[in-house]
This record gives sequence, structure tokens and C-alpha cells, in this order.
Amino acid sequence: MELTLFTALLTVSLATFAFSCYRRLSLVTVGRSEHRFDRPVDRLKEMLVYAVGQKRVVSRPFGLNHGIIFWAFLVLALANLEFLVSGIAPALSFALLPAPLHGALLLLFDACSLAAFAAVVIAAVRRTAWPPFDGARTFEAYFILSMIAILMLAYFGLNGVRIAQGVLPSTSATPVSNLVAGLLQATPAAAHLETAGNIFWWIHAVVLLGFMNFLPYSKHMHILTAIPNVFLRSMGKCNTQERETFLEGNSFGAATLEQLSWKDLLDSFSCTECGRCQQSCPAASTGKQLNPRQVIHALKENLLKNGGVMAKLSGDRAAERQISLIGSGENGSTRDAALWSCTSCGACMEVCPVFIEHLPKIVKMRRHMVQMEATFPVELLNLFENMEQRSNPWGMAPSERSKWSSQLNLRPFEAGETEYLLFVGCSGAFDARNKQVSVALTRVLDAAGVSYGVLGKEEKCCGDSVRRLGNEYLFDQMAKQAVQQFVAKGVAKVITQCPHCFTTLKNDYRQYGLELEVIHHSELINDLLKTGRLKTDGSGDVGRVVFHDSCYLGRHNDVYDAPREALTMATGREPLEMGRNRGNAFCCGGGGGRMWLEEHEGTPINRNRVQEALAQQPEMICVSCPFCMTMFEDGIKELTGTNAQVRDIAEVVALSLQPSLLPPSSS
Amino acid sequence: MLVVACIKQVPDTTQVQIDPVTNTLIRDGIPFIINPYDSHALEESLRLKDSHGFKAVALSMGPPNAEATLRKALALGVDRSILLSDRVFGGADTLSTSNVIAAAIKKLGEQEEVGIVFCGKQTIDGDTAQVGPGIAVRLGYSQLTLVDRIEKIDIVNRTIVVRRKLEGRYEVVEARLPAMITVVRELNRPRYPTVPMRLSSAKAQVECWSNDQLQLDVNSVGLKGSPTWVSRIFSPERKEGEIIGDGISDPVGAASLLLDRLVDGDMLAV
Repeated sequence: MELTLFTALLTVSLATFAFSCYRRLSLVTVGRSEHRFDRPVDRLKEMLVYAVGQKRVVSRPFGLNHGIIFWAFLVLALANLEFLVSGIAPALSFALLPAPLHGALLLLFDACSLAAFAAVVIAAVRRTAWPPFDGARTFEAYFILSMIAILMLAYFGLNGVRIAQGVLPSTSATPVSNLVAGLLQATPAAAHLETAGNIFWWIHAVVLLGFMNFLPYSKHMHILTAIPNVFLRSMGKCNTQERETFLEGNSFGAATLEQLSWKDLLDSFSCTECGRCQQSCPAASTGKQLNPRQVIHALKENLLKNGGVMAKLSGDRAAERQISLIGSGENGSTRDAALWSCTSCGACMEVCPVFIEHLPKIVKMRRHMVQMEATFPVELLNLFENMEQRSNPWGMAPSERSKWSSQLNLRPFEAGETEYLLFVGCSGAFDARNKQVSVALTRVLDAAGVSYGVLGKEEKCCGDSVRRLGNEYLFDQMAKQAVQQFVAKGVAKVITQCPHCFTTLKNDYRQYGLELEVIHHSELINDLLKTGRLKTDGSGDVGRVVFHDSCYLGRHNDVYDAPREALTMATGREPLEMGRNRGNAFCCGGGGGRMWLEEHEGTPINRNRVQEALAQQPEMICVSCPFCMTMFEDGIKELTGTNAQVRDIAEVVALSLQPSLLPPSSS
Repeated sequence: MLVVACIKQVPDTTQVQIDPVTNTLIRDGIPFIINPYDSHALEESLRLKDSHGFKAVALSMGPPNAEATLRKALALGVDRSILLSDRVFGGADTLSTSNVIAAAIKKLGEQEEVGIVFCGKQTIDGDTAQVGPGIAVRLGYSQLTLVDRIEKIDIVNRTIVVRRKLEGRYEVVEARLPAMITVVRELNRPRYPTVPMRLSSAKAQVECWSNDQLQLDVNSVGLKGSPTWVSRIFSPERKEGEIIGDGISDPVGAASLLLDRLVDGDMLAV
């Protein structure tokens, strides 16, 4: 009777579970196609390290707790499989295995169940006392934890009964179950072991099958999607955006589900709502509307509301029915102000344990607003016009671009004659403060005898800001012109002093068929110091120096050590580190085109970072990016009680050069 | 009813240099832009199209390459773009320019009633501010200059109320339609073209009208119809500046150095 009942229950449960998974997961097919199956071996490796190995999960507080639940579950999957199989075919159980192996398994299951139970209790306490984010104390979260706890308790209860009944041997292999068995025998339940066993068995069965059927409808769906999501991750750094094809009839950017890719949609099912992205997001943590977790959550909500409709309808009818991804912030949409708050710093993607790619989605939605609706913050109108007409953000006359070097006698770049192109960048050429960095850099390069030339007035903006802001049409034009110019001039090796130029020339122009060897000045300077081409006389000690990582040098391109090593050699001591450094560094607030936007909401991002830097009581804050320079100088001006100076790494190194090696000063 | 935006393609003056020998503008390699004030005229015509159902026409007199600017107007949403281009129109001053544009507007009016003509208050290359008023006079339209706000348009009674931005004061003026309005920057914020509009405008037709269409007396247009001409153009000489002090490591010293210099040069006198 019970056997039949359970067989029926299991069959129905498996069928509904399969159906639920199919119904939910098939929604992602609404998205555009995207190839994510190249390099399968590497993908497997990544999956083993990051999903099975939980590498990113355990790197943060309480991450180990999740790791314990996850690894315990991998082991207990075996126990649960046995439970289900023996439920319909009682003869089939691990008892058939040789006794030592069976004993070992029982010990393992016992230990894992205990570990999982303890971890679940810790998780519940943590969520109550130190929630990962406001609003994390949801019924759903506690329900999931309770389900797991009940499963573990039922397991111990069941095994305890079996030991008490003598069905399972009472060995030292199952300490917890033994304890439960002892407790059972000491209570009146001892007379009703059969009934107690049945109750535990059915609790375990119902909770297990019920939980399985609850999964696809909850955030716990991630246990099904997270592992494949890591397998399907972007194999390179997610530091650029894909190109668009500008043909009539195409739509540009994304405001609806089908304009995103299936992987974008799968991301939304993989979110575990751990809240790490929002903790590390400079916009979210300074009171802006953007919350990367919410962006992904809204996408999931939209997919659940619209996906079914979309799959059935097509073309205009589907478009009419669906709710836009950009809107009031309700009903599966994200507010435009939230999307404009993103600094594209990539911190969210760096911490996401399941490799959700937030930034590409945000840029896609920005693209829609700029390109399809022509709606964007008012400051951007001038920026776009300036970029289009004068190829620099300020609308300065292109003929003024070489003015900073009018007294420096720089060589024009010529293939064969000069090894490197020094790509000065708009800030280095036009911005008063950053022009000083350009001058310092040329001094360093000259002192080391580096062969380089410049494009002078012919240099144009690389287009970084317009691309991150979603004006892909304009970026496309700028990139094509730049690539044409570089090819015509035979440029192969480029030095940049701006991480934004650096990443654009290196990673974005590659999409246009141009493979450049791009080196950031901090890397080059480090090489020159290491190889002895650049000599410091030890007079470069400028006191306490704290180093700030630029997002586009560090997080987006993994250059962390070069500037630190160069600073150490130039100043004679290792730079100080802020609390959030390297991959966890906090953005200055200037990336993603935010440099050109007012910061109306919350508290200024740059002030947050400047205060963090000042906590190290530095005499100098060293940066490696012109935007960081501006943001830090602006931020420090607002604060009193500090004399700390902001300097670029090139300036710090220039200070430390042996005076005899310096070329005659220009001023 | 038509709303006409008169726009001029001008060299980007921040980039213009003057040939010291010939005293003419070096136009080689200088990008052309839409005269900034005209972009506000164009925007207002598009807003009237959106709000009142006007049909918007962009009009420009200039060499064939002015087509680029008119194409941009199409990308922004005008219904028609018309280029007035003919060798005989060349060398025109403000009088003969207004003759040609007025004739074109008159011709447009033969097809459909013209309600409003918008012009920028002046161009950044000529800076005369005469062409708009010249058009109004030649067409007998109400003349409303320096407008920074359209208060009301009454299409039934053919009247318009606008606010003029004058030095130190505003003036609200009611006038009969058709009217010629020159606009200041404060009137509106120009829109940005969407990509689909840019792509479709790339193929759209910019109409070109020569004197064959306008049938003007060749003595009233171009250089022949111009009582004035530019005899010389030059930039005022300016001495090369210099960098004094070191504002980074010694801002206080640099500031006092600058102050000394200003005092010595008697440049702070009021």
C-alpha cells in the first residue's frame, strides 16, 4: 500500500518537477542566440573551480557556510537517491554494499547531514542578525532553510529508529544517528519505533519531493542553473560590449526580452540573491537608484510575466503585449535613472559567485535609450555632439590637441622610425591637470630612451565613454576611423596613460580587426625600472603613498602588480593599501561615462573613496587614470584637514629620477 | 500648415583659421556644423510638428555639401529638406540671401500655407542677424526676433504670442500669422537623432532647388545682388601666453606671483 502510494507520489513529483523546469527554462529561448559553447574543456575546468569548488563563494564572510551546505548536498544527493530508489524498490539499498563501504557511507552521510544542519542554523542566525542586504529576511529564504533543516532532522530520526530497531548496525560510524537512537530508546517512543520510523520516513519523503517541486519557483532555482551558468560564463573578461550592425530595420540595444540573449535571461534564473553585487556596487552603496541585484531580479520577473506570452506570439503582437525592461522599476522593469548610475566598474561581476554578467545588460538597455529613444541625461547631449563633431568630450578645437606639448618637441609617430605610439588621450591633451601627467610621462620616457611618437592634432578620442554610455552608433563611427588611421600609419605598439584608452584600444578595437600591443604607462614604467633602463636615485621618497586601482586597469584588465612594483621601486617603499583594493577596489565614480554626468542622487562616490584613502593617512594618493585624478582632486577639495596630494604614477616616478638623467625642463 | 526652419551650415568656428596671405578662411579639413542657433530653430519647428501637427520643412541656401546638414535635419524628423543651391546664388550677402530664401518660402506657400518661419537669431560665421528679418520683410510676415518662448499659437484666428528675450527685460508680443521668428538658445533643448532615423535619412531625398525653380532675376541674387561684400578678414593679433609659477607644488606662491604680475601690469584697475 505504502509502496504504491510512494511510487505514485514519486512519479507525479518527478513529472511535475520536469514540467516546471521545462516551462521555466524554456523561457530563455525567447532571447537571441549567442554562442557559449566554445572551449568546452576550459569551461569544464572553470565550472569545477568556481561552481563545484565554490571558489568565489567562499571568498567572502559566510561563504564557507554556503560551501558546506553545497558540498554536503553533493554527498547527500547519493543518500537521497538511495532513499528514493529504496522507496520504490526496498531491496535496493546501500546495505547491499560490502559492510566497510556501507559503514563509510553512513559515516559520511551522518557527518554531512550534521554539517548541513549546523550550516543552515548559522545561515538563519546570520540572515536574522546580519542580513546581507535590506529586505533579505524573506519568508522564502527562511522557508528554504527550514526545508533543509527538516530534511536533515528527518534523516537523523529515520536512521536513529533503524539503529534502535537493529536494522542498521550500531557502529561508531554514525555518531549522530546513534545519539538519536539512544534518545529514542530512552523515551516512550521506544514502544512505537515502527510508527516513529514511518513518520520520519514520510516527513523526509514529502519534504524532499515538495522541496524539489518548489525549487523551480524560487530563488533556490539557482541550484539547477548556477552550475551550468558558470560553465556558460564569458570566458574572457567581460570588459567590452558586443558590436551592433547598423542596418535599416534592425533594433538597437535592448528594451524587451527578445532583444537580450538567452544567456542574459539564464543569468536571471541563476541569481542566488546573495546581495554581494549590491554591496560592492559604488552606485548602490552611495544611495543611487541602481542596484545590480534588482536589475537581474527585474529581468527574471519580466521573463516570468512576459516570457510565456512572447514564446507564443511573434513580431508586433508580442511587442505590444510585453512590459518594457526599462520603466517605473515595477513589474520587471528597471528605472532609467538606475541604468544611468552605473560606472561600469565591473565590481558586481567580479564578486558574483555564479558569473552573472550585469554590465552588458545595463549597456544594452542604455543603448536602447540612446539609440532608439534618444532619451538620456541632458548633460550627454553636449558630450555626444562634441564627440561627433570634435572628437573630444569638451568640444575643444581639435587643433588645440597638441598644445600641451608645444614646447616639448615631440616626434610624430612614424612606423619604422618610432617604436611606440604614445596615445595621449583627451584628458592628457586637454585637461589642465592631466596635461601635467602627460609632460611627466614624456620626461620618464625620454629619460629611459624609449622610442615613441605622437599623433598630435590627428589623434582622436578613442570613444570609450560613448560606448559605455550606449551610443554604439557613434562609437562604431569613431572606432572605424581610428582603426583606419592606425592601420594606415602602421601602428603596432601603443603606450596609453589612460586606462579607458587602454581598454578600448586593446579590447574594443579588436572587434574591428585591429590587434594592437597596448601597454599602460604603469606597466611600461615598471618594465623600464626593472630592466634598469630607468634609474632612480632613491630621492623619490614622498612619504606615505596610498595606491588607488583604476577599474579599467585593474578589474577589467588584471593589471594590479605593475603600478605597485613601480611605486615601490620609485619611492623606496611599498604603497599603502586601502581596505578595498585590487579586484575589490572601489570605483572613483568616473567610469562608464559618469565622468560627464552630474551626480544628483545619494552621496558622491568620489568622496567615499577619498575618505577611504585618507584613512591610511597618506601624504600622497597615487592614481593611474586621468578620470581617477579628476575625481580624487575634486573629492579632496571638498574635505578639510588633509594636505594629501593626488599624483599620477608617472609624476611620482618622474620625481624620483636622477636629475642628471632628466632632459632639460621645458618650463 | 507648414513650419519652415531656415538653417545654415557653417564652418566650426572654433576650428577655423585664417590664411595670413589671402585673408580668407582656410576651409580645408574644417568640419561643418549646423549653425548652433539654427539648431534651436529646427528643434522648435519639430516641436510644433509634434504638438500642433505642422508639417516641418528645413531650408538651407548653400553649396552642394550643405546637403549633409539637411540630411541631419531629416534624421531629426523634418518632413522635407530643401537645399537652395545654384552658382548664381554664390557670393551672396544678407540681402540677396534673404531674396532667395524668401522666394523659396513663397514657392512652398503656393503648395501649402506657411504658418511660421524659424531662423536662428544670427549665424556664428557672419554674425549679422539680418537674414531672418530680411525674409520677414520680403514676405510681409510678422517679424518676431530674439524669441525665447512660444506662449500660444492660435491656428483658427492665425495669431501667435511669443516672449522676446531682450537685454534686462522680457517682452511678450502678440502677432499675426504667418510670422518669421528668430530664436535664442534658451527657447529649447535640441533633440538627438535616433539611430533608425539616422539610417533612414541616409537614403532619404534632400530636394535641391536651383534658380530654375525659383526664377529670380540673376541681378537680385548672389554677388550681383549684393550691395555689400567682405573686403578683408583677419584675426586680431595676440601675444603668446606664458606659464608662471608651479600651481601644483606651490599654489600659494603661484597665486601671489600672478597677483604681482597683474598689479605690475596695472591690469586690476577698475
